[in-house]
Amino acid sequence: MSPQAPPVAVFKLTADFREDSHPQKVNLGVGAYRTDDCQPWVLPVVKKVEKLIVEDSSLNHEYLPILGLPEFRSAASKVALGDDSTAIKENRVGGVQALGGTGALRVGADFLRRWYNGTNNTATPVYVSAPTWENHNGVFADAGFKDIRPYHYWDAAKRGLDLDGLLDDLEKAPERSIFVLHACAHNPTGTDPTQEEWKKIAEIMKRRNLFVFFDSAYQGFASGSLDKDAWAIRFFVSEGFELFVAQSFSKNFGLYNERVGNLTVVAQDNENLTRILSQMEKIVRTTWSNPPSQGARIVSKTLNCPELFSEWKGNVKTMADRVLLMRDQLKTKLQDLGTPGTWDHITQQIGMFSFTGLNPKQVEYMIKEKHVYLMASGRINMCGLTTKNIDYVAQSIHEAVTKVQ
Amino acid sequence: YFVSVTVSWWGGVQMGPPDPILGVTEAFKKDTNPKKMNLGVGAYRDDQGKPFVLSCVRKAEALIAAKQLDKEYLPIGGLGEFSKACAQLALGSDNEVLKTGRSITVQTISGTGSLRIGANFLSRFHGGPRDVYLPKPSWGNHTPIFRDAGMQLKAYRYYDPSTCGFDFKGALEDISKIPEQSVILLHACAHNPTGVDPKPEQWKEIAELVKNRNLLVFFDMAYQGFASGDIDRDAWAVRHFIEQGHNIVLSQSFAKNMGLYGERVGGFTVVCKDADEAKRVESQLKILIRPIYSNPPMNGARIATTILNTPELRALWLEEVHGMANRIIKMREQLVDGLKKEGSTHNWQHVIDQIGMFCFTGLKPEQVERLTKEFSVYMTKDGRISMAGVSSGNVAYLAHGIHAVTK
Repeated sequence: MSPQAPPVAVFKLTADFREDSHPQKVNLGVGAYRTDDCQPWVLPVVKKVEKLIVEDSSLNHEYLPILGLPEFRSAASKVALGDDSTAIKENRVGGVQALGGTGALRVGADFLRRWYNGTNNTATPVYVSAPTWENHNGVFADAGFKDIRPYHYWDAAKRGLDLDGLLDDLEKAPERSIFVLHACAHNPTGTDPTQEEWKKIAEIMKRRNLFVFFDSAYQGFASGSLDKDAWAIRFFVSEGFELFVAQSFSKNFGLYNERVGNLTVVAQDNENLTRILSQMEKIVRTTWSNPPSQGARIVSKTLNCPELFSEWKGNVKTMADRVLLMRDQLKTKLQDLGTPGTWDHITQQIGMFSFTGLNPKQVEYMIKEKHVYLMASGRINMCGLTTKNIDYVAQSIHEAVTKVQ
Repeated sequence: YFVSVTVSWWGGVQMGPPDPILGVTEAFKKDTNPKKMNLGVGAYRDDQGKPFVLSCVRKAEALIAAKQLDKEYLPIGGLGEFSKACAQLALGSDNEVLKTGRSITVQTISGTGSLRIGANFLSRFHGGPRDVYLPKPSWGNHTPIFRDAGMQLKAYRYYDPSTCGFDFKGALEDISKIPEQSVILLHACAHNPTGVDPKPEQWKEIAELVKNRNLLVFFDMAYQGFASGDIDRDAWAVRHFIEQGHNIVLSQSFAKNMGLYGERVGGFTVVCKDADEAKRVESQLKILIRPIYSNPPMNGARIATTILNTPELRALWLEEVHGMANRIIKMREQLVDGLKKEGSTHNWQHVIDQIGMFCFTGLKPEQVERLTKEFSVYMTKDGRISMAGVSSGNVAYLAHGIHAVTK
């Protein structure tokens, strides 16, 4: 007997938004980029490359290898680890093409459940940030892990990183626990550790033998710079960690529905890597057999061609810059309105999301009274803001904060 | 500062054996014999031995490109129009099930993804025994898929090696002993790996027996259109079971019949008691899908939907599927002719009687090994060959090799 299951919150929000007929409605829900006209944006470089693919009659629709398109996998790992990566030169880095960031996380989680900390050790604790992307829990739970715990992350009082709490959790976690770290542009808070803070995290994780699993869904999207956004990953690799990086190209390539992701595996040496990848194949074969080719072709062509790669970086910067502009304007307007509280966190936070600090009652007010849709957590998608609606949104936040406690 | 060398975490990870089916292609690629033949994986080839991109696919792609669509996430259950067209293709658009809305179809990552979602769904919600009964033999990947989903595997007799045909009596005997409420997996048409399908009269008896045993039917339909060349004929068994009151679950793939292999286009359908149950099942399928890949890829589903829903393209597709099926039938005939010409005294009728992409030659493992080593003909150890890899240019060579190892 199948009971009715609750819908995924973020999709329900969008569904409710669609049904709303209010002329000033604003959707600050689901995480996809929007232009200043509030339209989806297919990157110009993607349009260009797609045209090349459609016109190339030598291309067919044959199966990719189980682990995916080789040129895609290597280019994707290189984007994360850097052109000059020693680990890549030492041949101890491999990629598993996966269905989006979710697919990369899931393949990694399935592998860890089978092969990490013994075999089939479902008791290994998995730590995810409090809060985190809600699907992290589902991915690791369905991969079989029985003990998924939060680590301190968001400090609601100071609207920033709870570093002491985080470090304390690292010190107290059982050895070999798995930690899911957001490489940049933390979802949903937009709050990232500084480089100094990352160094502290790394030091404890190495000393206590904790497993590093990076979730990298916003490389380039956060600061506008691929290298800057990958700093934490590269630092950990340089510190000698064997780690996983689940990469998504949904946002930075705008290829949401083509499901382009890559699980980058950094191993101690090539021999270990080979065995790991052979077991990754087994996992992939019973999940989706081999990954979809269209999105991987687009990304691969772009990353492997200098001019296209350059054009792509420009497109990414366009998106990142618009978000930075909206952050700046929102903060300024709230300050000008004299909205109670401090709003520095809006420009200190980074990436697509901002944890406004609005409480559930205030969020309800925003949705019901002002038709401004955001997550119950107070998370807003900065991409939903435009020069046309930002005044209305700022005014709405002002009202919510002053009228509702 | 000094980076200490630690022991790798992965010392205990065993080297995985190569995939039995996909591993064949790997070995084939390394062979330098100009006469080599890849009869391993079931991907269709034209008579020049080249991958075949269907014209209806190219036309659909052009139509889609002109629309300049965005790339926004699909819903978890996939492209709505695709799911609808997919279900209609399998069940027939006038099917009572579709009219009453008592089924749910979700877009999946081709056939494998569909089977896995189905297996996960059964593992979580099926109240009956955890045993899934597969025909003996079945597609090699069925077993690990169901196992990884937490189900257990059993078998019922299917292939009769003495006739290279269907062991109808054995199948009925075994099925009659399956504990109630167990899951039975049936290949809708073009059985993989044997190419041996029950006749309609046999299907009718199986349907009745399965109903008496109160078994949950899981149909795997990866070759609709590809078996006989006629999509309705190939879906006959599925439709008959539903008509007889079985609330089946069904996996469909568009890898072969639309040549969309790498685009990963498939569907998973659950036929329910009523529309309300279908809605509840849908909600649970979404909960299973989300932690695997969130939502499915758009490209292939768009192509398939465009073809199915655009009359000229649909007509062209039916022609092209028919063409692919016919070429394979012709190769079967030519192979048997070739074997006779070589002077083989064995009975090769089964090569013609079997249907679909695969042929269970009846070759033993030692013979297969010789065929590979001495003639560079690559196939799976069970004696299965993909007829799609046979062409008018190499069929004589194949006949020669098979005769050499069987005389």
